[in-house]
Amino acid sequence: MDLQALAGCLASTSCAVTQASTGLIVGMLLFLVASGLSLIFGVLGVINFAHGAFYMLGAYFAFTAYAVTGSFALAIAAGALGVAVFGMVFERLFMSRVYGRDILMQLLVCYAFILILDDAVRTIWGAEYRMMGMPDAFALPPVEIAGGFIPGYYLFMIGTSFAVAVLLWLGINKTRFGKVVRAAAINPQMVAALGTNTTALYAGVFGVGSLLAGMAGALAAPIRTLTPGMGLSILIESFIVTVIGGMGSIVGAFIAAVLIGFTRSFGSIGFPLFVDGLMFGMMALVLVVKPSGLLGRPAT
Amino acid sequence: MMPRIAPAYRDVILAGAGLLALLLLPVLFPHPALRDFVVYVIAYGLLAMSLNLLVGFTGLVSFGHAAYFASGAYVFGLLMQSGQVSVPVAMLAAVGGTALLALAIGAICVRLQEIYFAFITLAFQMFIHSVILTWVGLTGGDQGLRGGIPRPPFLGIDLNDARTLYAFCVVVFVACMLVMRQIAQSPFGYTLRMIRDNPQRANFVGVNVPRVKLAIFVIASSIASVGGIVLALFVSGAYPDFAFWTTSGEAIFMIMLGGTQLFIGPLVGTVMLQALNHYVTILTEHHGIVLGSVILVFVLGLRRGLADYIHDWAMSRRIRRAAPDQREAPRDKLA
Repeated sequence: MDLQALAGCLASTSCAVTQASTGLIVGMLLFLVASGLSLIFGVLGVINFAHGAFYMLGAYFAFTAYAVTGSFALAIAAGALGVAVFGMVFERLFMSRVYGRDILMQLLVCYAFILILDDAVRTIWGAEYRMMGMPDAFALPPVEIAGGFIPGYYLFMIGTSFAVAVLLWLGINKTRFGKVVRAAAINPQMVAALGTNTTALYAGVFGVGSLLAGMAGALAAPIRTLTPGMGLSILIESFIVTVIGGMGSIVGAFIAAVLIGFTRSFGSIGFPLFVDGLMFGMMALVLVVKPSGLLGRPAT
Repeated sequence: MMPRIAPAYRDVILAGAGLLALLLLPVLFPHPALRDFVVYVIAYGLLAMSLNLLVGFTGLVSFGHAAYFASGAYVFGLLMQSGQVSVPVAMLAAVGGTALLALAIGAICVRLQEIYFAFITLAFQMFIHSVILTWVGLTGGDQGLRGGIPRPPFLGIDLNDARTLYAFCVVVFVACMLVMRQIAQSPFGYTLRMIRDNPQRANFVGVNVPRVKLAIFVIASSIASVGGIVLALFVSGAYPDFAFWTTSGEAIFMIMLGGTQLFIGPLVGTVMLQALNHYVTILTEHHGIVLGSVILVFVLGLRRGLADYIHDWAMSRRIRRAAPDQREAPRDKLA
């Protein structure tokens, strides 16, 4: 515990800005993964525990696409779309068989895929740490804000994630497709009776959720080391984000993701070992006070 | 015809037979590796069996059961390292301490429903894991309890002898199994099943549902702590991994492999997972792919645990064999 260091950092603007930017990119990655998790749960009523493994796949897809083509835009596209297709296949072939069954069965199917995907990645890309490296377009001098230095890529990432958050919110709340999705979350039988192909809708929603995880992985690839099993910690954290923000709420996920991101970046100065404890403590507190989360629908 | 035996006596006889078999096992097959395997099965078996009191019998899906496994191991280890108490006293204190911990956490958790219960038990478990990692002065942090756990002889029993230690673990295990069997077959055990199947109905007939849930939460956690004690005694240490969520995940996995409906199911699952872990690691480096595929076969193919599957298969065979008689019966009536 070094609370004095934390107080010292908060007192100096340069340190506070640097840490805040780190907190924001952690938060944005978490938001992308958690919003996919939350979307899938909100509509399909299942928790995709394999979501962290999808994030890992996104990072490795981007790694390979970047190595082959040298284009970072294509790398992001490969990560996001590749994982979206994978997610839809996974939903159709495996996940759809355990809908409406015991949550333990859903958990086990996902757990099986975590084991298989981690092992597959280890076989294909190797067990050692991989680095993608910063794309040339972002090899710029860091931007100075109030004495703190922020790498250009951080700004790009924060901007991109924020744009995705806005698009996602608009897509769900302002479009016809979003309306059908929200209706299916409440009463899927009625939506099916009114002529919507809910099977395709479910696969589509699962695909969008997976796309978000894959995109997060691709965006994280330049700044994180790639390793099989890298999905585990982000799964646990995005899980906390979804619970705190409220299952099924995009805005809630955004707020909770930034909160957890800041907890991680500032907490690592003051109490590095107890960051996880604090995050889980907050999760327990939210569950006790308001089990449905900050912005979630109350459980029926 | 076999003479009818009261179920309670039958359980005691079965437990005695199991005890005898486990004690004779190392005499018949004197491999130290086999003895180690059985002790691991005992430790994790108690974790899985006690978790099934919550998952299978009460319908409470806890993702944080390993917290109490770890609490048993750490309290026991710390008390033994203090050198002030004997093994049985430390064991009782570890179980009692875990029961108090479970009472405090359970009182908060049992108010939450279904998936939220799973989340909050997970949150508390990871909180405890963090405390273990952070409180280096007491727990040794990520290195675990170092320096070994002393096993001073008591009542003429010296646990430093490997065979005595094995026998001690087996006796503790069978005693716990008997306790759990009695709980499962008692009126209290049937109240648990009623809560699982229809909590509203249970409430209507006058069951204080939260209180019964809390009671079984504390009981299951106490038995899980015995599993942790056995492991700490055997490996002579305690590690933060005991409290990590993967340990809880494995316990759930063992339950699902074996089956939730038969009393002995989770133990079958424990043996299967321990054997799988052991042999798959030896045979292939693609441990994850093999294990994952086995899970998929169970979940999507059998759709239940092995013990449940065999039980259902045996029952349907019995019904099929009895069926011709039943088909005869109505015809007789018509004639």
